[in-house]
Amino acid sequence: MATTLKETDVVIIGLGAVGGVAALPLTQAGIEVVGLEAGTWLTRRDFAPDELRNNYRGWPQGVQKANQEIPTSRATASSPTAPRGNLHPMQNAVGGTSLHYWAQSWRLNPWDFRVVSETKRRYGASRIPSGSTVEDWPFGLEELEPYYDKVEYEIGVSGQAGNIEGKIDPRGNRFEGPRKRAYPMPPLRGTEFLEKMAGAARSLGWHPFPGPAAVNSRSYQNRSACMYHGFCNRGGCHVDAKNSTAVTTIPRAQATGKLKVVTRAHVTTIEVGADGLPSGVNYVTDGAEYFQPAKVVLLASFTYENTRLLLLSKSKAFPGGLSNNHHQVGRHYLSHHQGAGVSALFPFDINAWYGLPAQGIAVDNWADDNFDHGSLDFIGGGNLWVYSDRRPIGAAGMNTFGRAPNWGSQWKAFIKENADRSNNSYIQKSTLPYEDNFLDLDPVVKDPLGYPVCRVTAEYKENERRIAAFTQDKMEQWYREAGAIAIQRAPVGGAMGVSTHAYGGTRMGDNPETNVVNRWGFSHEAPNLGVLGASVMGTSGAHNPTLTAQALAWRTAEHLAKNFNGIARRRS
Amino acid sequence: MTFISRRDLLKRAAVVGAAVPGARRLQPSDLLETPPQSYERSAAAIALQPTRVREPLETLTAGEMDILDAVVARLIPTDANGPGATEARAAHYIDRALGGALASSRPAYTSGLAALDRYARSSRGAAFTQLSAIDQDSVLIDVETGAATGFTGSSAAFFALLLNHTHQGTFGDPYYGGNANFVGWDLISYPGVRTMVTATDQQQLEKHALKPNHKSAYDTDMFTKATARANESSLPRRSSPDAGAKAGRSVSDSDAKAGLPRRSVSDSDAKAGLPRRSVSDSDAKAGA
Repeated sequence: MATTLKETDVVIIGLGAVGGVAALPLTQAGIEVVGLEAGTWLTRRDFAPDELRNNYRGWPQGVQKANQEIPTSRATASSPTAPRGNLHPMQNAVGGTSLHYWAQSWRLNPWDFRVVSETKRRYGASRIPSGSTVEDWPFGLEELEPYYDKVEYEIGVSGQAGNIEGKIDPRGNRFEGPRKRAYPMPPLRGTEFLEKMAGAARSLGWHPFPGPAAVNSRSYQNRSACMYHGFCNRGGCHVDAKNSTAVTTIPRAQATGKLKVVTRAHVTTIEVGADGLPSGVNYVTDGAEYFQPAKVVLLASFTYENTRLLLLSKSKAFPGGLSNNHHQVGRHYLSHHQGAGVSALFPFDINAWYGLPAQGIAVDNWADDNFDHGSLDFIGGGNLWVYSDRRPIGAAGMNTFGRAPNWGSQWKAFIKENADRSNNSYIQKSTLPYEDNFLDLDPVVKDPLGYPVCRVTAEYKENERRIAAFTQDKMEQWYREAGAIAIQRAPVGGAMGVSTHAYGGTRMGDNPETNVVNRWGFSHEAPNLGVLGASVMGTSGAHNPTLTAQALAWRTAEHLAKNFNGIARRRS
Repeated sequence: MTFISRRDLLKRAAVVGAAVPGARRLQPSDLLETPPQSYERSAAAIALQPTRVREPLETLTAGEMDILDAVVARLIPTDANGPGATEARAAHYIDRALGGALASSRPAYTSGLAALDRYARSSRGAAFTQLSAIDQDSVLIDVETGAATGFTGSSAAFFALLLNHTHQGTFGDPYYGGNANFVGWDLISYPGVRTMVTATDQQQLEKHALKPNHKSAYDTDMFTKATARANESSLPRRSSPDAGAKAGRSVSDSDAKAGLPRRSVSDSDAKAGLPRRSVSDSDAKAGA
């Protein structure tokens, strides 16, 4: 028998990258918020520079709620289920995966909001890939700009602006949409190798620039500058220089006295009242069941869990899952095509033992619609990214570029010379939603409480694979210009699998027939239910999703604060 | 590779039995299919080799450890380029980890090492440990390529597991029992774990003038060891229906000190409450 707790104004499911942001504008407006988080607080003492633990044993994901709910995956509805992973891409904690993510904090390109209309205008309707369910977003970059700005300053982002109110700064990204002002901090420092790569890009006539990072390049808001120690990749920050919500918006929201943080809360379902509106959230802690009533429910877990919780929350009003009477929950799913990288071997040391994945050089000349696709057979493109990140076990497992076996004396001689001479690029590519890429509940696999886990049915289509091959050519050209002596390309992509960059399932749009939430992030069918996260995004663009998801979360929360009485469920 | 006398083996069996409460005593059947006489030969061979003291095993049987020692010595050999997996004590790392974070791989080692030795005997006519280095390599190539027979599943999968764990034991933080004397890090000129790398340090590195820092991450008291131990300890399987709720727990000894919201999870709590998930053997896919 569940214990019914005192009603709150708003309950947020998940205090991660987006729930942690939304809590701040709400509590600052005087609204009572309960934040339900499956994980716990972690501190800088928990974040040891330990490659084995972070990168091989997957701490802390390996011991978490999320890890018991790893989605299953298959390429298509008729293909066999792939072997299930043993690490969930996300972690549970106050601050969520923003504790250990790479912290690349990009805005989307203006094109990403208007893929359909811009493609039709520039190349004709026939160039929209067949089978794609892509729609224009209900608004453009200009609507989101003030929220990007708020988040960049509130959490702290380092970077070099490239376009301030239309004025192009060649030190930054000349392809970015107009921004009101510069980043709050200058970009992270460079290295000799990154400078070399920037020089090579310039000699090709491209426009390299340092990428934006939610990492302090200098001390910010009384938190330390980055120490560049090399364990940022799947590691939390030992000096709080990585700007997770656990050290930024959540403590600030707590300081208002309006945020109650409940840790180790394993949310099972969203309850729907007799009036057909969400009335609160059921959760379990240490086997004890609780019901947290709320006037507004904000669903802020990761994309897979957002879809799963809605599908699991069945009621008389929503027999096929909450907000799913139009059968759109789980649809328009995509995961960022971020594989298909290119690796290079150089005849000199790169000195990449220290640094972080967000410390790097980007080229956006081949991203989005920044180049003419008239004579090409795809739309969209990729962001080329080289960065400073290496640790010893990973270095030992390096690609030998066909120059040595993988073990034995010859291998040992090879890594002795080359362990610090390879570089792996990271190429994020525009990815579109398709009719037959979707999320649903797995018919067989269940979590320890007996609830089915999420199932991913998705593959990269021809458009994504063509972008991959095209951007690999560009990346190879860039590496060769910088002096690479050997190149290896990863396959251009097949099944999507389970991803850190997962979008859709609760897409945002004006049309309730094809979208789960409206332009403000609230359900078309259950108006006091808001959804936060990349699950509302209908396109990926060519850049990391977190900052966009955070800007959207701030915007949804601000809309709620301004219209609370209109949105909140009245006590029945 | 290491050889031991039968007498030493029996002594060790007694030590192991005493050291680990509840541990099963070594049985002759633990010696895989190695007949006693091969230990006599081993005893003869040991006189020609520098003696190395092997501490009590934590997970593997002595026979398994002999094979594993011999395998890692070929994967990362001791040669003109300096110490290898033997000096790094990679096999010791694996033995320890198989009782904790890598426990899910224990069955793969049981069947894989036995299959490897059987294959050495059937294809090369002698136990793996008795083969010449060249023959050992040729056996390992068969195992690597999946050409070796008698394995449960593909021998290539077992080889990939062995190689990955040998890398972990040679290049990982010494806290976990491998990379002894930092031989792995020195081999690839890793300049070491630091908590701060200034712009000047980076420039020194670029001039090949940065001195290697021979420290474990846990040599300072800056970091809690609990999170490393959470991976080390052998956690019981989930047994209660509410274990899923407990899975949200994370282990830290820092909460009390930090005065943070409720999170009083002791190590023993963690052992009792955390469901046993197979912890990843593979490098988690890098994701931004």
